[in-house]
Amino acid sequence: MNHTKQNFWTKYVFATDHKVIGKQYIITGLIMALVGGYLSYVFRMQLAYPGQSIPLYGDMGPQQYNAFITLHGMIMFFWFAMPILLAGFGNLFIPLMIGTDDMAFPTVNMISFWIFFVSTIVLMVSFFLPGGAAAGGWTMYPPLSITAHQPTFWGSFFTGQTFLLLAVALEFVSMLMGGINFLTTTINKRAPGMTAFRLPIYVWFANLAGIIFMFSVGPLIAGAFMMLLDINMGTGFYDPYRGGDPILFQHLFWFFGHPEVYVLLLPSLGVTAEIISTFSRKPIFAYKTIIYMALIASVLSVIVWAHHQFISGIDPRMATFFSVGTILISIPFAAIILSYLATLWGGSIRLKMPMIWTIAGIGSFLIGGLTGLFLGSDTFDIYAHDTYFVIAHFHYVLIPVVIFGTFAAIYYWYPKYFGRMLNEKIGKIHFWLTFLSFHAFAFPLFFSGLQGEHRRIADYSSFDSLMTLPIQHIRIISTIATIILISSQLLLIINVFWSYRKGKVAGRNPWEANTLEWQTDSPPQHGNFEVYPEVYRGAYEYSLPDRTEDFYPQNEK
Amino acid sequence: MSTTTISIPSIKDVPQGRLGVWVLIAGELIIFGGLIACYILYRLRYPEWGEQAAHTSTPLGALNTIVLLTSSFTVVMSHTASIKKQLNKIVLWMSATIGLGLMFLVVKSIEYTNEISHGFTLTSPSLVAKGESVGANFWSFYYLATGLHALHVIVGMLILFIVMMGARKGKNLHRVELGGMYWHMVDIIWIFLFPLLYLAK
Repeated sequence: MNHTKQNFWTKYVFATDHKVIGKQYIITGLIMALVGGYLSYVFRMQLAYPGQSIPLYGDMGPQQYNAFITLHGMIMFFWFAMPILLAGFGNLFIPLMIGTDDMAFPTVNMISFWIFFVSTIVLMVSFFLPGGAAAGGWTMYPPLSITAHQPTFWGSFFTGQTFLLLAVALEFVSMLMGGINFLTTTINKRAPGMTAFRLPIYVWFANLAGIIFMFSVGPLIAGAFMMLLDINMGTGFYDPYRGGDPILFQHLFWFFGHPEVYVLLLPSLGVTAEIISTFSRKPIFAYKTIIYMALIASVLSVIVWAHHQFISGIDPRMATFFSVGTILISIPFAAIILSYLATLWGGSIRLKMPMIWTIAGIGSFLIGGLTGLFLGSDTFDIYAHDTYFVIAHFHYVLIPVVIFGTFAAIYYWYPKYFGRMLNEKIGKIHFWLTFLSFHAFAFPLFFSGLQGEHRRIADYSSFDSLMTLPIQHIRIISTIATIILISSQLLLIINVFWSYRKGKVAGRNPWEANTLEWQTDSPPQHGNFEVYPEVYRGAYEYSLPDRTEDFYPQNEK
Repeated sequence: MSTTTISIPSIKDVPQGRLGVWVLIAGELIIFGGLIACYILYRLRYPEWGEQAAHTSTPLGALNTIVLLTSSFTVVMSHTASIKKQLNKIVLWMSATIGLGLMFLVVKSIEYTNEISHGFTLTSPSLVAKGESVGANFWSFYYLATGLHALHVIVGMLILFIVMMGARKGKNLHRVELGGMYWHMVDIIWIFLFPLLYLAK
C-alpha cells in the first residue's frame, strides 16, 4: 500500500487508518456514556428525593423525567455500547487480528464514522428543541410517540421525536456501512493460513454480531419511515382509526430490538474469550463448539422478539412459542459460559486487571441470565412486565457484559494502541468501586420490582403502597450507588491520561498472547505490520508440552 | 517502509468490491422486506385495500416494469462492454440505462399526478372524509413503497453516472459491474412491488 505523507487533518480527523477510526469511535462512545450516566444520575435523584431540587441540574418535572429515561436508554444502546463494542473494537482489532493492513474499504470506514458523529450531534441538539427531547420511552411506542406532537410539517419536524428518529437513522446507516466493511474485510483480507477455524473468537463474534444487526434492522428502518410520516405528514400507519395498528410498530421494533441485545453480547463475549484464554495460559475450551453455539444463538435471536409483547394482546399459543424460543437461547449461552469456566479450570491464572474485569463480568452476568429465564416465561412476565424487576434484569445483562467487557478490553489492549501499560493500582481501586456500586445499584431493584414498582413513573408519592420504608430505602441505596458508579469512572480517565505519559513501556507482547495483533509494534505503524504475517496455527495454543515458552504466536513457524 | 509499495498477501475468493455490494444489497432487501411484509399483512386483513388498488393504473405500471427490465438488459450490455474494454460502448449502454431510469421516473410522476388529481394522496383527506379511512392507509403505503423505490432509482442513476464518468476515461472499469448489481437490485424490488400494488386487486 502507499504511504503518502499525512498532515494533521488526514491523520487525526479525516483518517482512513482503522486504528484512528477505532479510537475515534471509542472516544465518542465514552463521552456519550458520560452523558447517559449524567442522565441516569438526574432521574435516580428524582426517584429517591421526589419534588426536591437536584444538585447539578435543578428542578425536574415528569416531562423531563420521561425524556431523560428515554435518552438514557437510547444513548447507552446506540451511542455507547454499539460504537464501542462493535465499531470501535471491531475497527481496532479485526484488521490486526486477521493480519492485514486496513479495512477493505478505508474511505467508507471514514465516512461511516463521520455519519455516526453527525448522528450524535443531531441527538444532542434534540435536548435543546422547544418541546424538549423525545419522551416516549426508548422503545418509541406509538401512539405515545406520535400524538405528542401536532402533525404540521415544520411544527412537528423540530421536535425531539423526529430528531431522535433522524439520529437513529444516521446511526443505523453508519453501522450498516461498518458491517459491510467488517464482513468484507474478514472474508477477503485474511492473512494466508488464517482459516475460518483459526480466527480469534472476537473476530467471529464481531462478524456474527454485524450479520445479526444487518439482518434485523431493516424492518425497523421501514417502521421508522412510517413513524416519521405519521408524525410529520399525518398518515395513519399506526392509527387504528385509519386501519393502522400500533402493535405493528412493536413487532418491527422488537424484531430488531431483541437481536440487538446479542449484537452487544457477542462482541463482548468475544473479548472475554481472548482474555480468559490468555490469562489462564490454556487453549480456549471447545473452540468450535463456542462458534457453533453463537451461530445457534444468532438464529434463535431473530425468532423470539414477541416475548416483549406478552401483555399486548398476544394469542396464548404464540406466547408459548415465544416463551420456549426465548428460554432455548439460554442453552447456547450457557454452553459458551461453561466453556469459559472450563478454560479457567486448572489454568495457571494470572490475575491482572483485564482478567479481573472478565471474571467479575461472567459472574455478574449469571444473575442476569438466570433472571432472563424467569422473564422468558410468559406466565411470570405478565406479572413482572414493566416493573423494576425487568430493569434490574437487563442492567444485570448489559452492565457486566457491555461495561465490564469494555473495561476489560481497554485494560487488555491499551498497551497495544498506546505503547504503555495502564496502572494496576488505580485499576484495582476503579474495579472495586465500580463492581460493588454496580451490585448495590442493581440488585435491590429486583425486590422493589417484585413489590410492584413500575418503570416510567417519576414520582411515587401518590402511591401509598410504594412509599413504605423498605422500598423507599431501596430507592435511596440504588441512587447513592449510581452516583458512586458514575463518579468512580473518573479513576479510569485519570488512569488513561496518567499512563499515557508515565506508564510502564509495554513492548510488543506484554501479556504473552498468541494472536497476531501482539506480533507487531506497540503502537502499530500505519499499515500495521513490517512483514505481513503467515498463519500456521490456531489462536489459542498456550502451554504446549514440547515448548519452552507457554505461548506460541500464530505466525511463528 | 514509508514510501514503498508492498502487496499484502490475502485470501481473495470474491473480488472485494463485489462482496461489499452483495452485503449492501442483502441489507437493502431486508429494509424493503420489512415494508412488503407489513403491506401483505394489512392487505390480507383489509379487503378495502383491494378496492383502492383498483385505482392504480395497471397499464402504466406494466409499462414501467418493461422499462426497468429493459434497463437491466442495457446495464448487462455495459458490463459486457467493460469486460471487452470497449469504452465507447460502456458509455452508450450506461447512458441508455440512465435514460430508461429517467423514463421510469417520468412515467411514475404521470401516475402520481393522476392519482393526486383524483384525491389519492399520502393522507387522502377526501377518503377519510367519506369514512374510508382504512382505504386511505393503502395510499400511505403506496406512496411510501413507491417513493422509497423511486429514491433508490435516483440513487442508482447517480451511481451509474459517476461510474460512467470514470469508465469513459478507462478508470475503475470493475465498478461497471458493481453499479449494475445495484441497478438489478432496484429492478428486483420493483418486480415485487408491481404485483402487490397494481395487480392484487
